[in-house]
Amino acid sequence: MQIENLIALDEFCVKHEIEISFIDSLQQNGLIEITMIENAWFIDSDQLLQLEKFVRFYYELDINLEGIETISHLLERVNALQDELTMLKNRLGIYE
Amino acid sequence: MNFIDYYKVLGLDKSASAKDVKNAYRKLARKYHPDLNPNNADAKTNFQQINEANEVLSDPEKRKKYDQYGKDWQHAEEFEKQKQQQSQSGGSYGGGGFSGGQRGNDFSDFFESMFGGGGSSSRGRQVKYRGEDYTTEIHLELIDAYTTHKQTLTVNGKTIRITIPAGVENGQIIKISGHGGAGINGGPNGDLYISFVIANHSKIKRLGHNLYQTVDVDMYTAVLGGEITIDTLDGKVKLKVKPETQNGTKVNLKGKGFPVYKNEGQFGDLQVTYNIMVPTNLTEKQKALFEELRKTKD
Repeated sequence: MQIENLIALDEFCVKHEIEISFIDSLQQNGLIEITMIENAWFIDSDQLLQLEKFVRFYYELDINLEGIETISHLLERVNALQDELTMLKNRLGIYE
Repeated sequence: MNFIDYYKVLGLDKSASAKDVKNAYRKLARKYHPDLNPNNADAKTNFQQINEANEVLSDPEKRKKYDQYGKDWQHAEEFEKQKQQQSQSGGSYGGGGFSGGQRGNDFSDFFESMFGGGGSSSRGRQVKYRGEDYTTEIHLELIDAYTTHKQTLTVNGKTIRITIPAGVENGQIIKISGHGGAGINGGPNGDLYISFVIANHSKIKRLGHNLYQTVDVDMYTAVLGGEITIDTLDGKVKLKVKPETQNGTKVNLKGKGFPVYKNEGQFGDLQVTYNIMVPTNLTEKQKALFEELRKTKD
C-alpha cells in the first residue's frame, strides 16, 4: 500500500461531519480496512467511494450497521450478476 | 413547467408532521437511493423527486410558502422578487443547485425558481455535499475499440477529452474522477461514469480479447492444400491450408486477436474456422472428372 494513496480519516470525519467511531464500527464489521501510521488512521483511496456510500446509508438513510452489512453483500451479488449478464450477452453475440 | 405535489410524492397529506415527513422520506429514500439501485434510471428519477419533496417539506419556511402558494407558484415568485427588490436584504436560499446528469436538471422548475436550487435543509449549518455522479454512454464500432484513441464528449455543457484505451469491452464502465456534478458548499465533485456500447457489424466475433472468424475455403484448396488470404482487424493475413482439410477445421492464430485492455502490446488469439465450399454450376467436363474420381473410391 503506497502512502500517497492514503486518506487521513480524521480529515474525512471533519469534512463529512461524522464520528470516527462509526468508521471504527465499519472496520470491526469487516466492511472497510483502515491502516494506522504514526498514531493516525488512514484509508486507502480505493475504498473511499465505498466508505462514502456507507456514510450515506448510515447518516442519510438511517440504516444501521447490520443493515449496511446485509446491503453490502447483496450489492456485491447484484454487481456480480450484472457483470455476468454483460459477459453472457457478449458471448451470445458470437452466435448471432 | 410541471407542478409537483410534494405531499403526494412522499405519500402524505397536508397535516403531516415534521416527523411524518422525515419518516416518509427515509422510507422512500431507502427504496430508491441510487446507491441501492445501481444502473437503475427510474430509481434515480424517483429519488430526485422525493429528495426535492423532502427539501421543501422538511424546511418549515419552505413548506409554509409551498402550502400558501401551491400551484400558483408563479405569483409567489413575482411576490418574492418584489419583496427582494424592496428590502434588498439578502436572505436568499442560494446554493449551487443540483444537477441531473445527462438529462439536465431533474428537479422541477418550481423548486428552482421558488427556492433557488438545492441547498441545505439544516439552516445555520453549511452541509457539504459531494457532487452528483454523472453517467453517459459512448457508442463505438468494434474497429474503433481495436486501437487506443482520443474522443471528446460533452457532459452537461462541459467538453471533456478522454483517451479510450484499446481493448475496451462492450458493457464496460470506466470512471473519470471529478468530472461529475460540482460539489455543494465546498464538497468534492462527483465522478463521471462512461459506459461503452460496442456494436459489431463485421463478420469477426469477439469474446474478451479473443476473436472468432469463419472463412470460406474452396473445395480444391481444402482437398489438395494451398494458401488463402483472409482479412483481419490487423490487415490481411496469409494462411496455409493443409491438404485434406475437413469442413469446420479450426486454426488458432496467436496474437492476432483483440488488444488486451490496458496491456499495451498484448493481444488475444484469432480462431479461424474453415467453411469448405462445394463447387456449384459444374461444367460437363467437371462432372465427368468427378465421376472419374467417384470410380476411384473404394
